[in-house]
Amino acid sequence: MPLSRLKHMKKTTRSNLITFAIVIVFYLVVQILSGAGVTSRSFEGQLVPICAYVMLAISLNLTVGFLGELSLGHAGFMSVGAFSGVLLWTVLGDSVPVYVALPLAFIVGGVVAGIFGVIVGVPVLRLSGDYLAIVTLAFGEIIKNIINACYLGIDENGLHFSMTDATSLGMEPDGKMLINGAMGITGIQKASTFTIGIVLVLITLIVILNMINSRTGRAVMAIRDNEIAAQSVGINLTRYKLTAFVMSAVFAGFAGVLYGLNYSSLVASRFDYNTSIQILVFVVLGGIGSIRGSIIAAALLTVLPEVLRGLQDYRMLIYAIVLIVVMIFNQSPQIVAWRKRIVARFTGKKDEKKGVA
Amino acid sequence: MKKLISGMLAATMALSLAACGGTETSSAATGSDGSSSAATSEGGTTAEGTGTPIHLGGIGPLTGDNAAYGIAVNNGAELAVNEINAAAGTEVFALDFQDDESDSEKAVNAFNTLLDGGMQVLVGPVTSNPSISVAAECASENIFMLTPSASSVDVVTAGEGTAFQMCFTDPNQGLTAADYIADNSLGTAIGIIYDSSDAYSTGIYTAFAKEAGERGLNIVQTSSFTSDNNTDLSTQVQQCQQAGADLVFLPIYYQQASQVLIAANNIGYTPTFFGCDGMDGILGIDGFDTSLADGLMLLCPFSAYGEDDTTKTFVSAYEAAYGETPNQFAADAYDCVYAIYQCVQDGTITPDMSAQDMCDALKSAFTSMSFSGTTGENQTWAADGTISKEPKVYQVQDGAYALVGSEE
Repeated sequence: MPLSRLKHMKKTTRSNLITFAIVIVFYLVVQILSGAGVTSRSFEGQLVPICAYVMLAISLNLTVGFLGELSLGHAGFMSVGAFSGVLLWTVLGDSVPVYVALPLAFIVGGVVAGIFGVIVGVPVLRLSGDYLAIVTLAFGEIIKNIINACYLGIDENGLHFSMTDATSLGMEPDGKMLINGAMGITGIQKASTFTIGIVLVLITLIVILNMINSRTGRAVMAIRDNEIAAQSVGINLTRYKLTAFVMSAVFAGFAGVLYGLNYSSLVASRFDYNTSIQILVFVVLGGIGSIRGSIIAAALLTVLPEVLRGLQDYRMLIYAIVLIVVMIFNQSPQIVAWRKRIVARFTGKKDEKKGVA
Repeated sequence: MKKLISGMLAATMALSLAACGGTETSSAATGSDGSSSAATSEGGTTAEGTGTPIHLGGIGPLTGDNAAYGIAVNNGAELAVNEINAAAGTEVFALDFQDDESDSEKAVNAFNTLLDGGMQVLVGPVTSNPSISVAAECASENIFMLTPSASSVDVVTAGEGTAFQMCFTDPNQGLTAADYIADNSLGTAIGIIYDSSDAYSTGIYTAFAKEAGERGLNIVQTSSFTSDNNTDLSTQVQQCQQAGADLVFLPIYYQQASQVLIAANNIGYTPTFFGCDGMDGILGIDGFDTSLADGLMLLCPFSAYGEDDTTKTFVSAYEAAYGETPNQFAADAYDCVYAIYQCVQDGTITPDMSAQDMCDALKSAFTSMSFSGTTGENQTWAADGTISKEPKVYQVQDGAYALVGSEE
């Protein structure tokens, strides 16, 4: 029965199931290989960042691919999520059991990023196109600079906060710095594992794929395709735009926490303009509007620079060339046509054979 | 088209294989050079006659904004390894230096790659934040880490006793600088220009401001900039001038410091400028009029103009190999390798030891030994990994450093 059901399934449902299957199979294969001791340390060390980047790519694809708005500040949401989640983890980590503190850290990271999503989204989503891109770019830079100037400490008198420097906190000598300006958060107890990462990726997929295939998702895509037409049939533009934008921010926040808890130091300058662009590259390369493409592109492009490490300084060049080649292969009209011809030839041949047999 | 793509992919793979092969053959070549000279030379009296090298790993930014520091460290370490191998007549050390672009994620990736490659001791990373992340990895894997230049206290804290520093910690530099200025009454009104987006600069500034308050130094102006707006610092210089500062403390790197000196010269502002070890290298900036740096004071353990034999040998060898005057990054890295070599010579570590055994042996050796190199005599380490050495204050005179004092 399951097989026959698979055949008669809706096309999107089947496609979504394949996406889930890819993630689960990847997880199982990696687990088996690492259990057998085949994988290198270098590869195992990249698994958590891969999960974080996959989540970021999926969530940005919601804004870029389905809402149709160009956001260049995705790293900003990642940053606020990472800092709030990691902050909570460092404060609670010692006193509260892990199974409470860790989910709480993720939830707080996501919620804070979501709040920032609302704050940025409400004024910004009135804009579109280039303007939105510029404002989100500015948002990312503002977040980076604010966190860089943040000093937060804790001692027996409670929390101390300053935007000037560490000495102005006036802390007791035994006080502990939580956020130390440009030095960020240090001494983080690492908590991210590949399993947590994959679970988060699956949650992201479930929520975002369901949202895309729901009434909300159809409304969002209608807005993307023709704003005026969507408005004329009674779709509340602001509401649906904001829903998609905030959801994208929330998952960027989750990814930020996952990323932050994977290293023992966290600095705001990591989440700069370049990181936003990097995530956008994953989305564009994987295919705008294709969730599965985003996953594959994010995973491959995270691993690629490390695979090319042997090439020393040439790796930057090769990385760029690979990007250009893949982009042309995916997007150039001539090559797309050529690919279609090839596929048609193969499928055509198969049909002929079937006919002969 | 498909042929073209597969051709390109094949070329990529061939290139990567060639690159891997390239490094292997080069190290093999030095190995065979070493053994052939071992047959002829009378050297090799020490414990390392086995021919298998100790694998040193290096991590630092070879590309990106901080590449200048990483390249200097790579050069310094490479020079020391080549010298040691040539002098011993056999391959004592094999150095593998990996790029981290001064980023935690890349640094941890580089660390994992180095471990895959059989690294036994880590020299690096170069910059503070990557070092904190790598130090935590070293602590959990029990790998000995000796960083030439990551001066944040958090590095040794994260290392939990496995991470050692060749440089002063940031707070130590700030404190010493404030004491020196107070003891010698160098300034009555002090201005500070620092980089608030940089861990090194804020670390020194915080300790300096604290100690200055305790020593009764009068700070009249504190101006900061960030890495996003560090190309024109004339506003900050003007603020210091308007506040009437007669000494400007610059806990920043030499590239930005050169901007400060140029801006001060443009408005005819001539206070005493006082920098820390990041200032070293200012005389080597391309196109910078070194006369502007005349009178600049800096607290730095290394001077390329030093008169002792160790420094002279190092500087001339470095200049011959890389065509530029070494700065303290290169000197620290050079010293790192020699400090580890000291443990090889006294038999503390041998190439057949595992990285973990080597870590335990080096930890106890470093806390009990005394090392003299280009960045100071009789340097010792505390159990937490911080170094203690004599800080020296130099003043730039006629395009060279002149020793003006030392502060205990």
